[in-house]
Amino acid sequence: MDLSTLTLKEISGKIACGEVTATEVTENILLRIEREKQLNAYITVCRESALRCAYETDKKIAAGEKTGPLAGVPVAVKDNIAVKDERMTCASAFLKNYISPYDATAVEKLKNAGAVIIGKTNMDEFAMGASNKNSAYGSVKNPLFRDCVPGGSSGGSAAAVSAGLCYAALGTDTGGSVRQPSSFCGVVGLKPTYSAVSRYGVTAFASSLDQIGPVTRTVEDNAIIFGVICGRDVRDATSADCGFNAAEIRPGLAGRKICVINEVMRSELLSGEVKDAFYAAAETMKRAGAEIEYVSMPSFDAGIAAYVAVSCAEAASTLSRFDGLRYGERAAGCGYDEIVANSRARGFGDEVKKRIMIGNFVLKGDNYEKYYVTAMKMRARIKSELNGILRKCDFIAVPTAPTTAPGADYEPQTLKQKYYGDMFTVTANLSGNPALSVPMKKSGKPAGLQFIGRCYDEKTLYSAASAYLSEK
Amino acid sequence: MSGYEMMIGLEVHCELKTESKLLCACKNAFGGEPNTRICPVCTGYPGVLPSLNGKAVELTVAAGLALGCKIEGLCRWDRKNYFYPDLPKAWQTTQFGMPLVGSGMMEYEEGGEKHVLRINRIQLEEDAGKLLHDGDRTFVDFNRCGVPLIEIVTEPDLRSPGQAAAALTEIKKRLKFAGVSDVKMQEGSLRCDVNLSVAKKGDPPGVRTENKNLNSVKAVVRCCEYEAARQIKILSEGGSVRCETRKWDDFAGKGIAMRAKESFGDYKFIAEPDIPPVELSSGYVSSVAASLPPSASARRQKYTACYGLPEYDAEVLTCDCAVSDLFDDAVKCGADPKKASNIIMTGVLRLAKTEGREDYEIKIDGARIAEGLALVGRGVISLNSFIGSVFPALWGSTECAEDTVVRLELQQLSAEETVKIVEETVKENDSAVAEYLSGNKKVFSFLAGRAMKAGAGRCNPAVLNETLNKILNKKGD
Repeated sequence: MDLSTLTLKEISGKIACGEVTATEVTENILLRIEREKQLNAYITVCRESALRCAYETDKKIAAGEKTGPLAGVPVAVKDNIAVKDERMTCASAFLKNYISPYDATAVEKLKNAGAVIIGKTNMDEFAMGASNKNSAYGSVKNPLFRDCVPGGSSGGSAAAVSAGLCYAALGTDTGGSVRQPSSFCGVVGLKPTYSAVSRYGVTAFASSLDQIGPVTRTVEDNAIIFGVICGRDVRDATSADCGFNAAEIRPGLAGRKICVINEVMRSELLSGEVKDAFYAAAETMKRAGAEIEYVSMPSFDAGIAAYVAVSCAEAASTLSRFDGLRYGERAAGCGYDEIVANSRARGFGDEVKKRIMIGNFVLKGDNYEKYYVTAMKMRARIKSELNGILRKCDFIAVPTAPTTAPGADYEPQTLKQKYYGDMFTVTANLSGNPALSVPMKKSGKPAGLQFIGRCYDEKTLYSAASAYLSEK
Repeated sequence: MSGYEMMIGLEVHCELKTESKLLCACKNAFGGEPNTRICPVCTGYPGVLPSLNGKAVELTVAAGLALGCKIEGLCRWDRKNYFYPDLPKAWQTTQFGMPLVGSGMMEYEEGGEKHVLRINRIQLEEDAGKLLHDGDRTFVDFNRCGVPLIEIVTEPDLRSPGQAAAALTEIKKRLKFAGVSDVKMQEGSLRCDVNLSVAKKGDPPGVRTENKNLNSVKAVVRCCEYEAARQIKILSEGGSVRCETRKWDDFAGKGIAMRAKESFGDYKFIAEPDIPPVELSSGYVSSVAASLPPSASARRQKYTACYGLPEYDAEVLTCDCAVSDLFDDAVKCGADPKKASNIIMTGVLRLAKTEGREDYEIKIDGARIAEGLALVGRGVISLNSFIGSVFPALWGSTECAEDTVVRLELQQLSAEETVKIVEETVKENDSAVAEYLSGNKKVFSFLAGRAMKAGAGRCNPAVLNETLNKILNKKGD
């Protein structure tokens, strides 16, 4: 039996009842990571601490002590989320030797649930990108189609889950960074309601958009991880209790009303392949008893522009702390200004630099009103229109990304190609609503079906997704 | 001034007296070893998030109420982004658009006249760290980083250095009475920037400069005088004043241009996404108002009405919150109000304001004042030796008053001993006695002084005077 093909639920059951030991499971995953090194899914493998943790778990289980729901299960963490005493590079050369002095709240919760933190996954630098090619530690390969990108920015997390290099992974989603790679790698990814999961310990890209989300192979596993990491945290003032209980989820699409946004289906960027898959999925959902309505959302197309302005503005601010003085790589220089300038010039990659410049541009002088304030207004409108639609239905369904995974050598030619890949996902970040991506194609390169729900209603999304997948 | 008029506005930065910092649990304190009160949050480590200190919000509201300002129902947080080594996040968490406290008006007195100063706003923000220079090397101490700070911005209503000093003193006093801050300018817990412009009377306001690094009320006065003279000189020579930030060098008594004044865009303000807006209900505001300690004027009124103190005493005792607290404490411990007032006005104020300091530093408690007065009442010591000798010895010590009296051998002599000393003094000062008897009555106090000195200040003054009078009168008969 290949342990790595089991779901998180299955493996945790086997560990709990003593059928396999946490050490065996962990060793197996470590072996697989070693064997699949060329995928480059991990930046840091926490070999020693993982084995130690597995050993402790086995001792507890043997002694009949109470263990958590994830006891002994290897879980990966995106490398922009802090794990105490482990390296956190954010895929940046700037932080190549940075060791986090504390655990992120979500990591603390995973550890308390008994999970074995197996490693830190590769990503686009500071979560900026949709291909995982913007990593100072090399790009990640798509485990299903190895000459294709895994998507990004949580590409390492999606690839690791897809390739069986862990049972679940945490990603972060600022504009689609959990959902789009999940779509490309054929796995399940959730961008929770903004504030459902504490962001304490996430190296911020854009604080008002960032959320930690689980990446798993099944909907059920996803709900289990989300149930563990969600909830109010005193260390994150924007966090809130969401009253989620994974055990309450029952597959269900019958009688559900689903809206599809016309602007998405009419988008010139939407590939025929994905479009066809989506219509097929819509038929499947109808068969399962759902009612589908096509609606218009006029502000939809402005999402990308608003997203770029807001996310870059916040990134410019939040990444200013990387000055090379207290931590990170310090470049030589004469005096403070020069040290900071040289450290940033050397430490940051091109994409990060570009977004910092865009951010400073939209905040500078008169541009503040012209771009930043306008973007904030547009964001408010998007939120209001989206929630208007959600009052008429149970959730929205659209493709996660306009295309399947492009080849690793693909270079977008136009700005539109470069940034509009996120256009179906940014809406939920701007509005704060939860969004779940599940695989919808039966063959060929995978593509995701995205469900966008009412705030704090992850439950409905999970129910619908499991019903859809069992119908498919 | 030759036809010119000054317009002065103040920006007062005041550190709040909270237990912990504004956005993390680190202790809020002054001094200590560098970088001993820091954590990943206040040093801007990757991934950390702020947690707003509710007490800081409460004290800001208290400051607003004490300065006669409107408390806003909803306020938001902003980031003021700029690079500086003492600012680890590279932004200051502040309130740009919607501060906790809105506009208001404060009355103050200068030269016996009442004036009004309009306050524009009070915003809550965080303090930065401190740079420590050692030769050509610079170190950063982050202990102060994240200490809650309020910025009080006034309208340019002040017309003279004297008014600026009086208004600043009044602001300090009110903040201290409201329990908001200890307002120590020399330790930097209260700092003041002066915005000053001059213009010919009747002309529109001139270009203003911002003057920083003012560490005392005196420095504010000196800086205003210097800066006004500088600007008038420029204008009267046909030049124009540059809008700039200047640094005051109090030692040299002059200001130095630092940089052209930043415009709004240079700071790149952005809404703070990590701290949700704060809503203050009217119930909350009234509960803060109800829990405010009594103001200076309320205490003044109590002193005259309840304790029957003269207006003058009440005024002096409420010059500073620490002084007033000491008086209340002494009365609470059983001291007679008028006697306690006398002791404080003569003994405390001198000691509490050491050389060069504008802040009162009280190093005695009310209990020992009350105890000392009880000793005077029981005739153990004289009031004079209590004020002159015991009091300075008690200052800063933890000894009780009685032990100090014994240690210093200041117990008052018995009536018999006093009489004996007076008799001997008269014997030893023939010529002075003769002079007295020949009509120079002033010599009485010389003789009394001699006797007191002979008794090392421990004679009972009443007995001494009475005995001396008796002996001299007898001789005159």
